[in-house]
Amino acid sequence: MSTQDSYVTDDGRTIGPTVMEMKNITLRFGGVKAITDISFDIREGEIRAIIGPNGAGKSSMLNVISGFYVPQEGEVWYKGAKRPPMRPYQVAQQGIARTFQNIALFEGMTVLDNVMTGRIRQMTTGLLGQAIWKGKAEREETENREAVERIIDFLEIQAIRKTPVGRLPYGLKKRVELARALAAEPSILLLDEPMAGMNVEEKEDMSRFILDMNDEFGTTIALIEHDMGVVMDLSDRVVVMDYGKKIGDGTPTEVRNNQAVIDAYLGVAHD
Amino acid sequence: MFYREAGDFKTNYAADNQTFPIKIDRKGYYVVLAFAFLVVPFLINDYWANAILLPFLIYSIAAIGLNILVGYCGQVSLGTGGFMAVGAYACYKFMTGFPEINIFFHVLLSGGVTAFVCVMFGLPSLRIKGFYLAVATLAAQFFLVWLFNRVPWFYNYSASGQINAPERTVFGFPVTGPNTEAWAAYLFCLVFLVLSALIARNLTRGMAGRKWMAIRDMDIAAEIIGVNPLKAKISAFAVSGFFVGISGALFFALYLGAVEVGEVFGINKSFLVLFMIIIGGLGSIFGSFAGAAFLVLLPVVLKVVGVDMLGWPTDIVAHLQLVIVGGLIVLFLILEPHGLAQLWRVTKQKLRLWPFPH
Repeated sequence: MSTQDSYVTDDGRTIGPTVMEMKNITLRFGGVKAITDISFDIREGEIRAIIGPNGAGKSSMLNVISGFYVPQEGEVWYKGAKRPPMRPYQVAQQGIARTFQNIALFEGMTVLDNVMTGRIRQMTTGLLGQAIWKGKAEREETENREAVERIIDFLEIQAIRKTPVGRLPYGLKKRVELARALAAEPSILLLDEPMAGMNVEEKEDMSRFILDMNDEFGTTIALIEHDMGVVMDLSDRVVVMDYGKKIGDGTPTEVRNNQAVIDAYLGVAHD
Repeated sequence: MFYREAGDFKTNYAADNQTFPIKIDRKGYYVVLAFAFLVVPFLINDYWANAILLPFLIYSIAAIGLNILVGYCGQVSLGTGGFMAVGAYACYKFMTGFPEINIFFHVLLSGGVTAFVCVMFGLPSLRIKGFYLAVATLAAQFFLVWLFNRVPWFYNYSASGQINAPERTVFGFPVTGPNTEAWAAYLFCLVFLVLSALIARNLTRGMAGRKWMAIRDMDIAAEIIGVNPLKAKISAFAVSGFFVGISGALFFALYLGAVEVGEVFGINKSFLVLFMIIIGGLGSIFGSFAGAAFLVLLPVVLKVVGVDMLGWPTDIVAHLQLVIVGGLIVLFLILEPHGLAQLWRVTKQKLRLWPFPH
């Protein structure tokens, strides 16, 4: 199977060609190698998981994708073109949205404003137009509000629309952050531990949202997660990292039976 | 009971996005506007204009400007006095250099010049934050005052080093100079205040405001979701400078008429406007008005009570005034750190249910 061909999964979703490809990425902080020579790809419409023990370099990998870190070696290919080094906001404007391991919402703003901020790419009226308000700015605000309301409905946070984010409990904040990332209508959505610190029910909710997002909006998702049950259930393909190196890549079943992965997770006797 | 929003349903997003989404607020707003434009000009006299109304209107514009920078965008500035001086001197140069152009445009242009200067001094904000930025803007304060003191071109080589506003008219009525009538100056300032408040409100409820608040609340997250930090900060400095410049121009041309820069636009002015927005409420347009009204009215009220009603000596009242204003500010910040705007929000919340809270 060539990587450029579309194929249909067992549950009837179409996985498209490669949308992002990491080629031989190496990231160093001084003498510490956080990521060593890692290559993998993300295909359109799939749920791609990155797993690994603590300190394996998963979050660093996500930060490379979202432009926060610039790798010393290797190339990032996005939509068939090599991506030059760019600032995080430029990466975001290309259509890559993300959430954070420790929630990074704007605490002083309402839920609605937070989610609306996700629409930066779609709202282009200049400062003067916004000062006048009537006309383009108002029309744009209304159109984007409709799109945002659809996402608010989808994530079931209608009741807290006008609540300042600072007052919300942890689980809802995670959901608002997801809404903000989703509002950007991203080509790739990066989720950094979307289920960290949640109980079983919240995890189930979140899993359902992730699957629905992928199903209804066709969003390509790359996620980091520690809960193996969740990862194996959700994802189409899994990258396994350990000590900054890639030790496995494939479908959940393949990865589960990979000896290197089992060693990394369960430990291996050195004698 | 007195304040209700029951039955006030929105059927479209435009209605939900308007400045005053609650009907009773909207009515109140129109009543205040009508009163300010149609009634006050007939009641006003020189004392009211000079002691209360003109400073209130002008400081409100300055407070709105500073609030956009500090309250919405989170960039602390101590250079307000200096930037007001830029507005004042720009207005003076325009008034004397191009007397044939209407003063309305002079004031607008002064705002533009100040916006530019403010952006120049705002550039360090890309690298430094918080207290360090405050110190950097302090440099602007001292540098600008020094500049206007030392370079005679700015005060047209006048012997006194002062700048004096020549008489200028709007629709045939003088608004600057000694022949100005109170109502003309009042209306002129009111027009600028209303325009400033509308523009500020439109900007802060739209994408520009959300970008500023995103930078204020968490700049790294803002950048990750696509806010260009350079553009957002620079635009906040520009818009803020525009309003502060307008207020400086009005302060000089309409309120004082003659200005000596070190005295009028010193560091005290920066602190005064900063106190206004802290007391009024950071990140709130209403708070800018409330803070300006509070700090303009308080000394006047204390003087009326102390000198006129209790008959104390003027100098004692003047000193007591400083003590009381300072004490009130401290007390106020302890009781309500989010300012008068938050107090007003809480009151509205209570009034919604009053007198049957259950």
